[in-house]
Amino acid sequence: MTALLEVKGLFKRFGGLVAVRDIGFSIQAGEILGLIGPNGSGKSTVMKCIMGIERPNAGEVKLDGVDVAGWPTHRIARHGVGIVFQHARPLHRQTILEHIQLALLPDNLFMLRTNHALIRRAEEIAARVGLSRVMHRLPRTLPFADLRRLELAKAIARNPKVVLVDEPFAGLTSGEVADFSDLIASFRAEGHAVLLVDHNVKGVAALVDRVLAMYLGERVAEGTAEEVMRNETVRRVYLGGKIETSARPEREGKDRTPLLDVRNLGVLYGKATALEDVSIHVGEGEFVSVVGLNGAGKTTLFNAISGLVPSSGTINWRGETLTGRTPGAIARGGIVQCPETRELFGDMSVRENLDLGGQHQTVAEAERQLEWLFALFPILKSRQGQAARTLSGGEQQMLAIARALMMKPKLLILDEPTLGLAPVILEQLSKALETLRQTTDITVLLGEQNVTFALPHADRVYVLEHARIVWEGDPARFAEEAGAGYL
Amino acid sequence: MTRVLLIVLPALLVMALLPLGVGGYILGLLTLGYYYAVFAMSWDLLFGFAGEVNFGPSFLIGVGAYTAALLNHYWLWPIPVCLAAGAVAAVAAGAVLAVPALRLTGPYFGLVTLVAVLLLQNVLVLFAGITGGEIGLDLPDVLAIDENTNYYYALAFMTVSGGILFGLSRSPVGLILQASGQDAIEAAALGFNVAKHKLTAFCISAFFSGLAGAMLIFYLGTASVGTVVDIAVGVNVIIAAVLGGRRTIIGAAVGAIFLIGAGEILRPLGQLSTFVVSAVALIVILFFPGGFMGRLLQAGGRE
Repeated sequence: MTALLEVKGLFKRFGGLVAVRDIGFSIQAGEILGLIGPNGSGKSTVMKCIMGIERPNAGEVKLDGVDVAGWPTHRIARHGVGIVFQHARPLHRQTILEHIQLALLPDNLFMLRTNHALIRRAEEIAARVGLSRVMHRLPRTLPFADLRRLELAKAIARNPKVVLVDEPFAGLTSGEVADFSDLIASFRAEGHAVLLVDHNVKGVAALVDRVLAMYLGERVAEGTAEEVMRNETVRRVYLGGKIETSARPEREGKDRTPLLDVRNLGVLYGKATALEDVSIHVGEGEFVSVVGLNGAGKTTLFNAISGLVPSSGTINWRGETLTGRTPGAIARGGIVQCPETRELFGDMSVRENLDLGGQHQTVAEAERQLEWLFALFPILKSRQGQAARTLSGGEQQMLAIARALMMKPKLLILDEPTLGLAPVILEQLSKALETLRQTTDITVLLGEQNVTFALPHADRVYVLEHARIVWEGDPARFAEEAGAGYL
Repeated sequence: MTRVLLIVLPALLVMALLPLGVGGYILGLLTLGYYYAVFAMSWDLLFGFAGEVNFGPSFLIGVGAYTAALLNHYWLWPIPVCLAAGAVAAVAAGAVLAVPALRLTGPYFGLVTLVAVLLLQNVLVLFAGITGGEIGLDLPDVLAIDENTNYYYALAFMTVSGGILFGLSRSPVGLILQASGQDAIEAAALGFNVAKHKLTAFCISAFFSGLAGAMLIFYLGTASVGTVVDIAVGVNVIIAAVLGGRRTIIGAAVGAIFLIGAGEILRPLGQLSTFVVSAVALIVILFFPGGFMGRLLQAGGRE
């Protein structure tokens, strides 16, 4: 039996970065393949190459025997590929039913009358995904899960041979996850080939027939969900090697007002709950790690603290509320965030980036701070005149951290500093953080999905999962109590 | 849909009866307003539905108008043939412009259309010997001498064009067009050739713009850069469409008639009248981005 979808030797480069390197797999009719990998592993790029949203640089994408690599998206779609996007972007003025009708329409310029058979078919599909009650409403009046249902309904309406599903369960409650699993399983029962793209095996294990794991653009393992979870390389990618911890004894001043005290924080992105009832505190001089998978809400938490997204609940900084303060005022008050996207000024030199960070200080003070930072990150000293854009990923990360430190923060927030970095760079970064921790009294709040990186420095760990804090404690206890969720 | 008819039909009836009780001056003003309404509705099809901002509606209007004018002035072709030729020329010029321009993303499409107007204006002035330049080109023929007849021509033209454009916007093709305009990747993933649909929308917009431009000059009896090509004409069309309500088609017509009417009512203010109209437009756009008709047409029992 030939495979419905067969991908061979797929390559995709973005400038100098190879996002996908020699990826190949096949999916039979009535089979679900899970494509998993951490952030930046290239799995979404593979999906976009299949759909024609990105053009692969090399390789084949065979759909029922026809190579469609490099075709425009709409032709690939007509040839039998459907995609369920992670972010529903519905039209504002059309009802749910009209959205489904749209997916049923042929690509024709002369469709001037609405066809009644088409409307009936759209109603049937709405019923199948559980939207019949709300099918005459506008998308913005619906909860998040219903918008995700709408995306599935559109895929069903297109009736493609191959269905690509991007992070099917992101942002859903466990009841909704069960519903969605049933709907995706029904694709398989009807003989479609399904590709599920997700961050970790665990979330899709119950649903998939086989799993292909990717890391940094390459294939690292393939097999059943159990085999992949047992695979050594996969374990190293997700959990790292042996986890070492070195929590310091409780720091003094535990009973005093904590430096940062966040209580019952909630954040909504439109319909989606990004954070729900999150309470954390960080004591003076403490190193606290917030661990969570992609989409758990780490960045949202940090952005709420920095005043970049509106939130409910209270955030107290040295006993005073931050509500109503502008992001600029919060940063000048001593909370400096080093964002996951780094936000360097690419066309400015390393030195200029650092000098910008030191703008608020006297010249002498900035000089001293710079001196100290060059000792902490020697590589930056030798790269001073180079444009920030031309640095390697690891060097850029060091520059981003150094620039944040130029502001002499009381609290440094580091959001996923390890994103997309090679293991050797991680070690250098890890050493720098350890030096920072041992030689200064700086307070650090670190967000990470890479547990091996997050635990060694931490005094205390929070685990964030689906917008909530699910565990808090000593890093030494993490592996046995909370580690299982990280494959 | 019935809601729209309930608003539009009585309004059209009133407009049809106006010549019985209103003077020639006001009729002349409304005649102008109705042609502007077609300009604005054509523009809304492109902006509101296909999501492309055409900063040069007067390029399409001007090509249609001047094609008709030249044919009538030099070869004395009959008016209906000139009108048809004007519309066809506008579609052809629009397609030549849009095929490369639609490959560009972001603000570049808008910039290309803006440059096109400037080019057309320059060509008309440069070849003043043929085109009449800034002074304009006299037309031997006019649509009608009688004000009432001219008024009914314009009203009928606006009603038919508006009906076609509105029907199109509510048809399955209009749905595909909106999807293409709001999220091109998603529309393509649903199997729609986004470029094809946008190009078609551009050509339809060009057809009605060009035809309306040609009708307008046969009403005025002269074609000049100031009335059908100047950037200011295009700006007025855009303001009218946004003022009336994006993505409503009918709102664009309301906005255009309002704009022409307000300009006239405020004429005693002299130079200040333009300022007042612009200020009103600014306030509506800033605080009621849905425009006049946005809320009225949208609240139709869907929520």
